Amino acid sequence: MKFDTPATTNPIDQLKVVGQPHHRIEGPLKVTGQAHYAYENNLPNQTYGYVVGAAIAKGRINSMDLDEARKAPGVIDIVTAENAGDLGKGDMNTAKLLGGPEIQHYHQAIALVIAESFEQARAAANLVRVDYAEEKGSFDLEVAKSEATKPESGEPDSDVGDFEAGFDSAAVKFDQTYHTPDQSHSMMEPHASVATWEGDKLKIWHSNQMINWGTNDLAKTLKIERDKIQLMSPFVGGGFGGKLFLRTDALLAALGSRAVNRPVKVALQRPLIPNNTTHRPATIQRIRIGAGEDGKITAIGHEGWSGDLEDGQPETAVQQTRFLYAGADRMTRTRLAVLNLPEGNAMRAPGEAPGLMALEIAMDEMAEQLKLDPVEFRVMNDTQVVPDTPEQQTSDDDSQAKRDEGGSKALPFSQRQLVECLHQGAERFGWNKRNAKPGLVRDGRWLVGFGVAAAFRNNLVMDSGARAILGADGLVTIETDMTDIGTGSYTIIAQTAAEMMGVPLEMVSVRLADSTYPVSSGSGGQFGANSSTAGVYAACVKLREAVAQKLGFNASDAKFADQQVSSGNRSLALKDAAKDGEIVVEDKIEFGDLGKEKQQSTFGAHFVEVGVDRFTGETRIRRMLAICAAGRILNPITARSQVIGAMTMGVGGALMEELAVDKRHGFFVNHDLAGYEVPVHADIPHQEVIFLDETDPNSSPMKAKGVGELGLCGVGAAVANALYNATGVRVREYPITLDKFLPGILPA
Amino acid sequence: MKSFTFERAETPAKAAAAAANNENAKFIAGGTNLLDLMKLEIEVPTHLIDVNKLKLDRIEETDDGGLRIGALVRNTDLASHQTVRRDFGVLSRALLAGASGQLRNKATTAGNLLQRTRCPYFYDTNMACNKRQPGSGCSAIGGFTRQLGVVGVSDACIATNPSDMNVALRALDATVETVKPDGETRSIAIADFHRLPGDTPQVETALEHGELITAVTLPAPVGGKHIYRKVRDRASYAFALVSVAGVIQPDGTGRIAVGGVAHKPWRMEEAEAELPQGAQAVANRLFADARPTDDNEFKILLTERTIAAVLDEARA
Repeated sequence: MKFDTPATTNPIDQLKVVGQPHHRIEGPLKVTGQAHYAYENNLPNQTYGYVVGAAIAKGRINSMDLDEARKAPGVIDIVTAENAGDLGKGDMNTAKLLGGPEIQHYHQAIALVIAESFEQARAAANLVRVDYAEEKGSFDLEVAKSEATKPESGEPDSDVGDFEAGFDSAAVKFDQTYHTPDQSHSMMEPHASVATWEGDKLKIWHSNQMINWGTNDLAKTLKIERDKIQLMSPFVGGGFGGKLFLRTDALLAALGSRAVNRPVKVALQRPLIPNNTTHRPATIQRIRIGAGEDGKITAIGHEGWSGDLEDGQPETAVQQTRFLYAGADRMTRTRLAVLNLPEGNAMRAPGEAPGLMALEIAMDEMAEQLKLDPVEFRVMNDTQVVPDTPEQQTSDDDSQAKRDEGGSKALPFSQRQLVECLHQGAERFGWNKRNAKPGLVRDGRWLVGFGVAAAFRNNLVMDSGARAILGADGLVTIETDMTDIGTGSYTIIAQTAAEMMGVPLEMVSVRLADSTYPVSSGSGGQFGANSSTAGVYAACVKLREAVAQKLGFNASDAKFADQQVSSGNRSLALKDAAKDGEIVVEDKIEFGDLGKEKQQSTFGAHFVEVGVDRFTGETRIRRMLAICAAGRILNPITARSQVIGAMTMGVGGALMEELAVDKRHGFFVNHDLAGYEVPVHADIPHQEVIFLDETDPNSSPMKAKGVGELGLCGVGAAVANALYNATGVRVREYPITLDKFLPGILPA
Repeated sequence: MKSFTFERAETPAKAAAAAANNENAKFIAGGTNLLDLMKLEIEVPTHLIDVNKLKLDRIEETDDGGLRIGALVRNTDLASHQTVRRDFGVLSRALLAGASGQLRNKATTAGNLLQRTRCPYFYDTNMACNKRQPGSGCSAIGGFTRQLGVVGVSDACIATNPSDMNVALRALDATVETVKPDGETRSIAIADFHRLPGDTPQVETALEHGELITAVTLPAPVGGKHIYRKVRDRASYAFALVSVAGVIQPDGTGRIAVGGVAHKPWRMEEAEAELPQGAQAVANRLFADARPTDDNEFKILLTERTIAAVLDEARA
């Protein structure tokens, strides 16, 4: 099904099942231990692999001595680059998943020790002796920044008007630099895989967000045909972008199983995860804002620097600045330095999350400089059109023609309720009680402050397929390679099928995350919910047509409700359509160019109250409120769960999360969950989430958009701004730990 | 995990004797620290002596009005003991500031005394560490040192003692009772129990090989307000940036011991003499010989502020 015109009224609009607060349909499996996560698949005759990580950041392996390890009790085999055969590299991987002889980063996998028990594999792994030739590397972004270059792909530069001139001539000028650190996804379930070969066919359970990417890249790395692989990931204990791509555990489990001709289980050891896998890269961001005395922004410039391995990607932290606020003269720059730290890549809301951590502090600072309320400053710089559009920069004939027509060049947003989010949030939060002068509100030993930030994240869509099956018992089964990474995919897909086919939720069975199922959007970029349910919608439209035909109805006027199909006075049981055999159909949603006619984005506002201990500087979040405008909310329970989880992650980013770089040895030092602190329950107070009523006919037949990343965007800055309001000390370097502002607060 | 032999000891003296026969033997009680370290092969005992059945799990009043706490009393039981809560509140509060409920249910008094450092370079076996491998060097010095020691450090080691309980015990002038393999018993003042790193950071306590902790005794209660303030980056389940155990008398005199700053709980009686002059005077004395790094210099001001918080709370 092509989706290239805005959605009109369709069966989803009934909202009998979709949009209702259903609990997770797979919940009982999870709380009774019957949902088997990748590592929990136990196979007869299975073996255990333990990963050896490189002890240097850059250089070469001179030699590996495996003799002692091979002789250790229970050891069956050891896989290294030397004996693994000819391997390719996945399209989505920057560094190789099995290193050697060249070492590209610390804890890059260099061997898998396979033994009869996990403990034996671990003990033997400690007997692998490696002689390295270590090379000097680049590990300090601050230093490497001066040699950063313009990335070849993406849109590293954007210019509208003349930023430099506009900024120079602005009545009020603001210019500051911000730092965000490297962050680790730190999902609860480690990267884990179980692999087994049946002849030349590989069956693998691999905790992964994107089945199609993972399967393609595993085939490419192993140099085998894609259809020789069945990759499954029915349950995922969190990913946050860390499981978007094929990772070491899957490749090594596959290679290990091939070597020992038995099933192999591999879970990345927790202390290996931060350096072995991907992380969110640190950024340095310079933001300049020029405004008139009236508070209207006239010039806005955002430059971002990040680092990655050779051939890596930048963190596009300037992204949202092209969309969020008005202003005639605009500029963004993205620059990338080569760093020999582990591979940087996507983590929840890549780009916007660190970008807004900087931009939304800058907006707070500029509001203060202009003596404006930070909510009103944002409202008065709202724009209903994209202030900076790709069309305005390209010089191809088509857009040139549009410009020549003299019509409006600016791209409208399909929906943009930022102002409503800010106003409703301010009202609900009691923003008017905020003291604009910082450091003055006390509650016992606590200095109290309020902070606000806008939330913004573009809405991406991805083609997504599904198979729909009607059984003789009336059960509707959906098969798609979509994943549920804790987000609620099972439930919203079941809700979509139930709505479309006119059956209760209990009459829908959902099977996910198997590479033999139709290719879906997968889970990433907050595109999963809208895209994958739209794919299910497409398959169900086809199933309705097949059913109607079978039962002798005209598909266009047949009504599907209460497990009946009816038209006029005639009504038949849905299941009758399958009495001669189940009906199986497949379709996919294919998104056209609607996104080019209207910009699809999601908006929100975050409000935070913090208390800061006036003696010690300990910060405690007291209240959080998020207002989100993100299209139709398919399930308020799972959507809220996404947003409160994201808000929690935002608190972590604001106050504690940082991969500490050892700039001598080139690695993240605090590489376990004791050293890399994420919020615990005691850090998170009452969280309130409001979804504004919104449907977006441009997004898909579901009229939905994503919320999972929107919920994180801006949270860090809202916390930072609240902290400033409490203390009067402005910190521009995350995380905002007490050492960065303690000297600025006085205990008296 | 490397293979090891295991035995369950019947009496403290037999446990100590069993350890004496094997220089790679270790006692195991709650195992909350030892097992983690064994998985990483930072600790590689070839023989484990289970001391859980030694009946050292009682808390008794002593003749002089103090308390004798068995080595195997679990942290949860110690923290919730009525006398401890009433007369030695700083100890109860310190215990509850540490770890998690599950860990406190397992962890023992003696085991907590013997907790090893949480220095990340100690935990990463690719890195040089004089504690893990004497003579290999210290990769923490010059590296990421935010959590590490600021005072009493050496060129060989800047690690800290991670325990909360130890800080309170230091403020309470506790005594550690032990039995040696030859059956001899002795009492070690808590001030002498933990050592500074010096040139031998692998030697962390005054215990000899095979010497078993049997109890910790607290002298008679000294009254005053008992306060434990632990400062960390998140609200729970984290090691202290700094912590302060304070016993403050109505006249403003008292005791202050500091955690998170040194290889042992940091207490100086001459610093306590400055208490009437306020937190800054105390901190100045405590850290007169401090050697912080750029990363952890903030701990000095933070300690001063935390002492100020304790004094403020004591006045309230």
